[in-house]
Amino acid sequence: MNPVDIAVAANEGLAEFSNLLIKSAMAVYALAFVAHIVEWVFGSRSKVARTAAALTADGSGKPAGARSTAAGKGADRVSVTVRTSGGGTEVLERPAVVTRSAPGRRAGVPDGPGAHGGDERGDLYGRIAVSLTVLAFLLHFGAVLTRALSVQRAPWGNMYEFSTAFSMVAVGAYLAFLVAKRDIRWIGLPLVTTVLLDLGLAIVVFYTESDQLVPALDSYWMWIHVSLAIVCGALFYLGAVSTLLYLFRDRHEAKLEAGGRPGALATSVLERLPSSASLDGFAYRINAAVFPFWTFTIIAGAIWAENAWGRYWGWDPKETWSFITWVGYAAYLHARATVGWKGRRAAYLALIAFLCFLFNYYGVNVFFDGLHSYGGV
Amino acid sequence: MPTADVGNAPEDTRADAEERETGGRISTAPREDPAVDIPVLGPVGWARWFWRQLTSMRVALILLFLLSLAAVPGSLIPQNGADAFAVRDFRERNGTLAEVYDRLQLFDVYSSVWFSAIYILLFVSLIGCILPRSRQFAGQLRSRPPQAPRRLTRMPAHTTWRTEAEPERVLRAARTLLRGRRFRISPAEEHGGPDGPGGPGSGDSVAAEKGYLREAGNLVFHISLIVMLLAFAAGQLWNSEGGKLVVEGDGFSNTLVHYDDFTSGSLYDTGDLDVFGFTLEEFHASFERTGPQRGTARTFRADVSYWEGADGPEEKTSIEVNHPLKVGDSKVFLVGHGYAPVVTVTDGQGRMAYRGPVPFLPQESLGLTSTGVIKVTDYRDKDGEKEQLGFQGIFTPTYGIDAERGPHSTFPELDYPVLSLNAFHGDLGVDAGLPQNVYQLDTDKMEQFEAEDGDLFRADLRPGESVELPEGAGTLTFDRVEQWASFQISQEPGEGWALGGAVAAVLGLAGSLFVRRRRVWVRARRGADGVTVVEMAGLGRSESARLPEELGELAFALQDDAPPAAERDGAEPAPGRDAGGSTGGTAEDVPAATEDAGPSSRGENE
Ligand code: HEM
Repeated sequence: MNPVDIAVAANEGLAEFSNLLIKSAMAVYALAFVAHIVEWVFGSRSKVARTAAALTADGSGKPAGARSTAAGKGADRVSVTVRTSGGGTEVLERPAVVTRSAPGRRAGVPDGPGAHGGDERGDLYGRIAVSLTVLAFLLHFGAVLTRALSVQRAPWGNMYEFSTAFSMVAVGAYLAFLVAKRDIRWIGLPLVTTVLLDLGLAIVVFYTESDQLVPALDSYWMWIHVSLAIVCGALFYLGAVSTLLYLFRDRHEAKLEAGGRPGALATSVLERLPSSASLDGFAYRINAAVFPFWTFTIIAGAIWAENAWGRYWGWDPKETWSFITWVGYAAYLHARATVGWKGRRAAYLALIAFLCFLFNYYGVNVFFDGLHSYGGV
Repeated sequence: MPTADVGNAPEDTRADAEERETGGRISTAPREDPAVDIPVLGPVGWARWFWRQLTSMRVALILLFLLSLAAVPGSLIPQNGADAFAVRDFRERNGTLAEVYDRLQLFDVYSSVWFSAIYILLFVSLIGCILPRSRQFAGQLRSRPPQAPRRLTRMPAHTTWRTEAEPERVLRAARTLLRGRRFRISPAEEHGGPDGPGGPGSGDSVAAEKGYLREAGNLVFHISLIVMLLAFAAGQLWNSEGGKLVVEGDGFSNTLVHYDDFTSGSLYDTGDLDVFGFTLEEFHASFERTGPQRGTARTFRADVSYWEGADGPEEKTSIEVNHPLKVGDSKVFLVGHGYAPVVTVTDGQGRMAYRGPVPFLPQESLGLTSTGVIKVTDYRDKDGEKEQLGFQGIFTPTYGIDAERGPHSTFPELDYPVLSLNAFHGDLGVDAGLPQNVYQLDTDKMEQFEAEDGDLFRADLRPGESVELPEGAGTLTFDRVEQWASFQISQEPGEGWALGGAVAAVLGLAGSLFVRRRRVWVRARRGADGVTVVEMAGLGRSESARLPEELGELAFALQDDAPPAAERDGAEPAPGRDAGGSTGGTAEDVPAATEDAGPSSRGENE
């Protein structure tokens, strides 16, 4: 065999190995999905009704927790031992910080305990689900990496590759939040579910043999522009899930506040989620943090377009929808700062903006045929 | 928390709001009037009302939403600017609908009246918003953070402890600490600013503020949007863009007549075309030969020699896909390539009727199977009658055939080039004066040659081969293959401004979204029992999880100089005169449920 053939065989072998890894990752994600379901089922046995308690505790109709107090990290009255220069030690106390919510918010509603609902076995399954997700993520990562090696370029040249990279980053971001000790395990089930759907779609509908890249895509701006687009999309996705859950949870809380009695299932599920304020805050922080990067993604795209096609902006469908998405998120951020638009209305805007992102990615590649149509479908 | 607070909610909230206001405005975002006031009659009143509405956040929000909505149809309906062919196609297929679309300017969405109206209103609103905000912000920069509100316990984050240290010493330490953390500090001498709550005792506190960059970033961002819009508008009005296909060995000089197609902005003057030209010496394309990437283009390179000015010196350079050639204000981009079979046609008289390279257009990228037509206008048949010939051809750089696709090219390089032709004779219709597509053959008035066996005539030629046309109509020789490259030549002023604006926008945005603006106050007073009570409070522009955290850390750091006094049983710290019902929680007051409530007060801007 001559060296070229060996290299070719190796590349094809790698591509196949990558496909195998994707399927293995899907199998493990499926197990994680089951574990999450079990977690939610066990959790449903616990009787949590803290929201109701918090919202209706005293007869005056005034939320009991309105004077919410919280201690910032390390702000508890903890003793801290400090070595002084003299060599002795001294015990210092950290002062507690009292916080108050802004008036007008539905304050003092505690976060739910998470899917396991305080049930120990539920928690165990939740942990198993996270462990499985970590394993699946590693396989997933390996799949993307081997795909990249097999095609010897960035692994996001077509929709199959974009889809697999997209869900990989979403899971990676989720795990990173967990590592950073942010309790967002509640997002695990919806995330794993959609990752499975995304990967399924990728291998059934979008699968393309590791194929070619038109020379216009062969630029370092592609690395910057597309990889940023993937990261932004994955994070916007987490934000969108949180926003959606916020809408449900907010309705639930509003109902309770008005003295209504939500159904048993809604109560069981929604009680275990974080409070609407937490969900909303999480979504906002993600969206706001990603927005500058999204802006930069579009600018990088424009610079690249300028180099490749001779104009930095040409209202090509992909460009148009990026612009629409961008303005959508800008509208969302404005809504958050505008009286009367905070809360649900802003949340709807965020969802619309995310749908535009999705459409830009799936819809535009499939339905339109502009310069960006390297979709390979 | 003391339950006394819970009962009197409305007053409480109002007091909150007041207290926060006295904390001073911490943003330049316009305050909304919840009630839309009816304008005072009269044109001035209306104008003022209209202006107020236009520059309100609510209207900005609606305009933003409209803008994104208005951009949608342009992606669904073919646009003149992007793809004029698609528009023509659309017109042909749906005549009446196209008329409606025309009236609504739906083929030119991004330059339509309604789209322009939205973004112009938005930008007027933006300017109307930025001006007062900038003025206000400049004022804030010159002034000092407002004095501590009377009741620090009403601030979103608050802490207190007792210490044996002297109040003056605590305040001095606080000032040093906060300055060290790059807070802007109220001057030590000042006892209650004009807009602070003032009164006796204001001198017992330190006010500090940090994070002005947030506001600055936000303003920079919005201003850069205007810069970008102006740059873009200038680009649209003064731009020009044209295409030219050049066969190896041929040249191009930058004048209007030499373009295959040319579009320009409404204020563009074709006299502004840069004077230059170039010759395509050679075109190189190489493709991956093996592996899953077989057929993938690896390099495209057009070697050209160009000259600037009427008779400037020739210089050699190469143009690649992501590396345009810059001459003056113009840029020359490589946008396409393909093959141009060189053919010679002799007519029925044996005279050479046509010779030259004919660019064929690639129909797919994997093998560059290309199609093209050869039009021979100056032709006489064997009887000497004037007629015209037309050939429709498929050119395959590497010929292959299979049942599914028929003849096609299996590789984009010239491994086994074959030119397959059908031949027609009759009237090409080129004399009718109508512009004709050089890549299409109008066979309405033409007749296809038939071979002797009665089948349609068809020739498959390799380079160097000739074929006799039936009935002595002449010969066609496929001499060799040249390559062609197509270029786009554009002139787009304002590019630098657009880029500068974009960079500034991103930086401003990062400042606006990642910097938190917050105020911290420290108050130290001698309590009734002679022990100093230290109170600290923080106010963010919005609730933020990090504010309490930061306050805790600051307090902790301050405790180096103000160590907490040993607790005496039952000794409730008495922070000054507003002690009592509204005293904020001391550490002991923090209920066990603290952790649960945490995230709900976690705020927005981080
Ligand atoms: C051209 C379209 C516009 C875009 C893309 C845009 C974008 C943005 C973005 C992304 C933010 C978020 C930054 C932050 O939350 O701090 C923001 C904030 C803001 N925008 Fe705009 N904006 C536009 C027009 C306007 C207009 C017309 C106004 C005034 C009427 C305005 C007033 C503001 C204000 C006051 C803030 C700060 C809100 C705050 O401090 O929370 N913007 N804008």
